[in-house]
Amino acid sequence: MMTKKTQTSVSTLGTGLLFGIVFGFLLQKGGATKYDVIIAQLLLSDFTVLKIMLSAVVTGMIGIHALKAMGWIELSIKSGSLGKNIVGGLIFGVGFAVLGYCPGTIAGAVGNGYLDAIVGGLVGIVIGSGLFAALYPKLKSGILAKGDFGELTFPKLFKVNDWLVVIPAVAVIVLLLVWLESKGL
Amino acid sequence: MDYFTEVRWSPYVVGIGIGVLSWFTFYFSKKPIACSTTFARASGIAERLLRGPQVEQRPYYQKIKLSWGWQGMLVTGIVLGALFSALLSGDFRWQWVPDLWATTFGSSPLLRILVALLGGIILGFGARWSDGCTSGHGISGTLQLAVSSWVSVVCFFVGGVLAAQIIFRVIA
Repeated sequence: MMTKKTQTSVSTLGTGLLFGIVFGFLLQKGGATKYDVIIAQLLLSDFTVLKIMLSAVVTGMIGIHALKAMGWIELSIKSGSLGKNIVGGLIFGVGFAVLGYCPGTIAGAVGNGYLDAIVGGLVGIVIGSGLFAALYPKLKSGILAKGDFGELTFPKLFKVNDWLVVIPAVAVIVLLLVWLESKGL
Repeated sequence: MDYFTEVRWSPYVVGIGIGVLSWFTFYFSKKPIACSTTFARASGIAERLLRGPQVEQRPYYQKIKLSWGWQGMLVTGIVLGALFSALLSGDFRWQWVPDLWATTFGSSPLLRILVALLGGIILGFGARWSDGCTSGHGISGTLQLAVSSWVSVVCFFVGGVLAAQIIFRVIA
């Protein structure tokens, strides 16, 4: 039993590492490990980051819902509330602009050799996460619970088949990308 | 093979690649791509080294569990994958101050490091508050059509665009 458990966890860790290497390789090739590229996105002068994210979302959305329809995977939905996602999202956004990296891309920035990410940003993210963990008992039943809507998805919200949301969402995202390209952004 | 030594790929090739990668993580690891909880675990693990095992009793660490795990290895892999890509294309370099920051605020490493530290604190705090980051909510959550993730990612960009305007168009 012990051996089997250890083997499972080694293969879990190994696949995590392998998928991470692919993810980091792609982020670096896309330029997303760079402060200049991320800030240019937030200044709305270069849409590289949004193009990467939206094409990942379109590709992922179609595949994940197909795998789900075949019963091969289960979704993993984060429960949400207005107090959690709106307030937390805005705080995150401010940090995103001040730092110029996000938690995934800063790991890539470390691999790229960027010392402001290693010495400054990485340390800051660890401190900020610890601060939240210390305050969590006070926030938990207060603002984080305000406007709770649980593990909700849009197909559940509209009470329709998944594909009735997937197909229009893909269409809107593709049109947005075509429009961005037509504007030369 | 020349393609792998190029400095930049089309954002669409990169994005489609990440989307396909998400099929693999769901299928083989039963997990979505996500990064930010790892930094909270790192914080708890560091505090545990300093203050001992009672740190694990904090309600937040009871919730997320202080083990490096699959996601910690994913984040470790990102460092290695980015390093590998940058070395292959000759794009790796040790750099204290990003170019855009240097042309706007000067090339002092100290100022940039202090601001990056502050930004990191705000980012880490906000990622825990919203329960996800640009990968967990921004890519994995939105592709699953999660309401929490769409609300979060819109707020990430609203907050980010407004703060960037203030930093580069008002303060600078």
